[in-house]
Amino acid sequence: MSANGWLQFALYSLILLATVRPVGAYLARVFEGQHTWLDPVLGPLERLIYKLCGVNAKEEMNWREYAFAMLGFSAVSMLATYGIERLQAHLPWNPQALAGVGPDLAWNTAASFTTNTNWQFYTPETTMSYLTQMAALATHNFFSAAVGIVTAIALIRGIKRTTAGTIGNFWVDATRSLLYVLIPASIVYALLLVAQGVPQNLSAYVAAHTIEGQTQTIGQGPVASQEAIKMLGTNGGGFFNANSAHPYENPTPVSNFLQILSIFIIPAGLTYTLGRMTGSPGHGWAVLAAMFILFAAGFTTIYWAESQPHPLIHGAAQARTATAPGGNMEGKEVRNGIAESALFATITTDASCGAVNGVHDSFTPLGGMVVLTNIMLGEVVFGGVGAGMYGILIFVVLSVFIAGLMVGRTPEYLGKKIESYDVKMSMLYVLIFPLIILTLTAVFVLSPTIGLPALSNQGPHGLTEILYAFTSATGNNGSAFAGLNASVNPTTLWWYDVAMGWAMLGGRFLMAIPVFALAGNLAMKKSVPPSPGTFPVDGSLFTVLLIGVILILGALTFFPALSLGPILEHLLLKAGQVF
Amino acid sequence: MHSTSTPSPVSALSAISTKHSIWGTSIRFTILTTVLVGLGYPLLVTGIAATLFHDKAAGSLVYKDGRKDGQIIGSELLAQSFISDQYFHPRPSAAGNGYDATSSGGSNLAQSNKALVDRIQGSIDKLQQENPGKPVPIDLVTTSGSGLDPDITPDAAAFQIPRVAKARGLSEDRIRQLIDEHTTGRQIGLLGEPRVNVLDLNLALDSLSK
Repeated sequence: MSANGWLQFALYSLILLATVRPVGAYLARVFEGQHTWLDPVLGPLERLIYKLCGVNAKEEMNWREYAFAMLGFSAVSMLATYGIERLQAHLPWNPQALAGVGPDLAWNTAASFTTNTNWQFYTPETTMSYLTQMAALATHNFFSAAVGIVTAIALIRGIKRTTAGTIGNFWVDATRSLLYVLIPASIVYALLLVAQGVPQNLSAYVAAHTIEGQTQTIGQGPVASQEAIKMLGTNGGGFFNANSAHPYENPTPVSNFLQILSIFIIPAGLTYTLGRMTGSPGHGWAVLAAMFILFAAGFTTIYWAESQPHPLIHGAAQARTATAPGGNMEGKEVRNGIAESALFATITTDASCGAVNGVHDSFTPLGGMVVLTNIMLGEVVFGGVGAGMYGILIFVVLSVFIAGLMVGRTPEYLGKKIESYDVKMSMLYVLIFPLIILTLTAVFVLSPTIGLPALSNQGPHGLTEILYAFTSATGNNGSAFAGLNASVNPTTLWWYDVAMGWAMLGGRFLMAIPVFALAGNLAMKKSVPPSPGTFPVDGSLFTVLLIGVILILGALTFFPALSLGPILEHLLLKAGQVF
Repeated sequence: MHSTSTPSPVSALSAISTKHSIWGTSIRFTILTTVLVGLGYPLLVTGIAATLFHDKAAGSLVYKDGRKDGQIIGSELLAQSFISDQYFHPRPSAAGNGYDATSSGGSNLAQSNKALVDRIQGSIDKLQQENPGKPVPIDLVTTSGSGLDPDITPDAAAFQIPRVAKARGLSEDRIRQLIDEHTTGRQIGLLGEPRVNVLDLNLALDSLSK
């Protein structure tokens, strides 16, 4: 670790925290239907969309209608993606004449992008045409981000409204999040990336004749436009196989900084939106504080772990010098070094982004454990756009409930009594997640024919590879211990494609339904004035309780699995044992 | 308990049949927004990028003798293979069979994988022959995340000076000076790590020898 590394962390934190208020206030304006400075340009386009889609913008929906509109849109757009993938050979913008994508891979990929996961069981540069990348995959980067944001907004409305039957209009919220947030931000951001060196063209791949006389085929494409929304929407699906480690996706330290900033910018801003829309700014800041503390703890651990020398390698300069980062450089890029790689890995797994600028599979056992744990905690440390906000609000409800149990009175949250139904919905959300992960991991770990052939690392690390895959899929993260190579044989590939596709859909939509139910139920309640016995949801006591609930739930659920994977691997490696 | 009716799965299911219009709206909304963000957005960005940042948008390609009508010899941003003693070598690559720009990626080997330890140790032992007794900078024996890392650390460049100097018949000081000239510092003095672009350095070496 170095002073420079900590300075980079400090600069990142300062800039992020400075954006929270302006971004959050802007989001609140957008979703409360207030005037924004983009109205003169986008207002007519917005009204045109409503007209063409037959949407009555004034009509509000109850939670069931809202949920079904979201599911309907997701199902139709997922089907469109599947269709384009299968038919890409017959469609334009396919300069490399790539064949149509096979059915199980097309299914897995469609599920993956629809659910904001962006797990990639394929090498994009040899599988997906430019049209598929733009119109089938990058579109879902927008759609799934919009769906995440509106789900969070619906829940915030449920908390805010009293004796109300409705929580907003899905089509209006989705349209406004696309037009007023995601599209304009992506245009500016994509151009900043091009200025740093990210390509943006529709040219065929370039055949270069290298200095030593070899041929190098260089993939091209509309990279920057996809990169921008990939990060901003916390999607994470790379244009190239190496994702943000690829110098074309992430060519400089400044592009790297922009990328990690853009992962957190909307999720962090939403904490302010929460405080503003519910009229309790202190609550928004308390939630932000809990997130920031968990983020700083994760970064510190990974940065420390990745700075350590490999215990079994001799004759190498593994210590930091003024002109070399040292540490564990397997799978990391020189321009990022250890600090920026650790920061990226922390942020991409705190959020449900899943983009990577280094190889998580080659991280030290403890560094790899923290990135995995970040996902296991439910990606509520800032989290995915929207998904992080509704995820942490579930933990907030549970924290208030536990505080209520401790003092023996009915818990209240911002004037709403938290009752049996609310806690049941919250627990449903919390339980679906480990149920999918641990069940599927157990099945694949126990199966020598379908699960194990995919492993490229043996011993405890092999368990971690499979555990990581299902955690990442269910958590809609999409980053990988990418040594898991399902395409070793058709049977293994089929099983992983199908099982992970369902895990992603379950982790997204099964978990979103209790959120809508909770939103609908909270909206119907009357508001009760605070009393001396009300547990305050602002201030440091609440922050500490919230962190405690998140960590205890996560630890109780996943510690046994982690102890057999990364913890055992760490101890064995220290003792000189390799596999 | 409050008295409002709690939503049940049964009533939730009945909402499907009463909301036929969801599918119609979904289809129309999907088509419209796909045109907007799947075609309009990337094509707009492509157009602006080609105007404002033409060379970067085209992939930062490097042409033989710097002539745009000449042969392309690679991209400034991507590593290419160098094996001759006369050139500085990039980091080892796990992309395809090495430096394959259509198959980017890392080794994905775990720290506890014997294959990784053996590979790194083998590379160290080999490199120490050209510079006996000197520890090998770790980036020179580890594969990058992309397999296309265009850079090495200044330490890794300095390690290769004796070999390149001998092969080219140049003084070590002259080459050390060249490395200094081609070292990129931290961006805005703070971000990332100091680095040397291998293609850039080797092109400079060639023009020195001419």
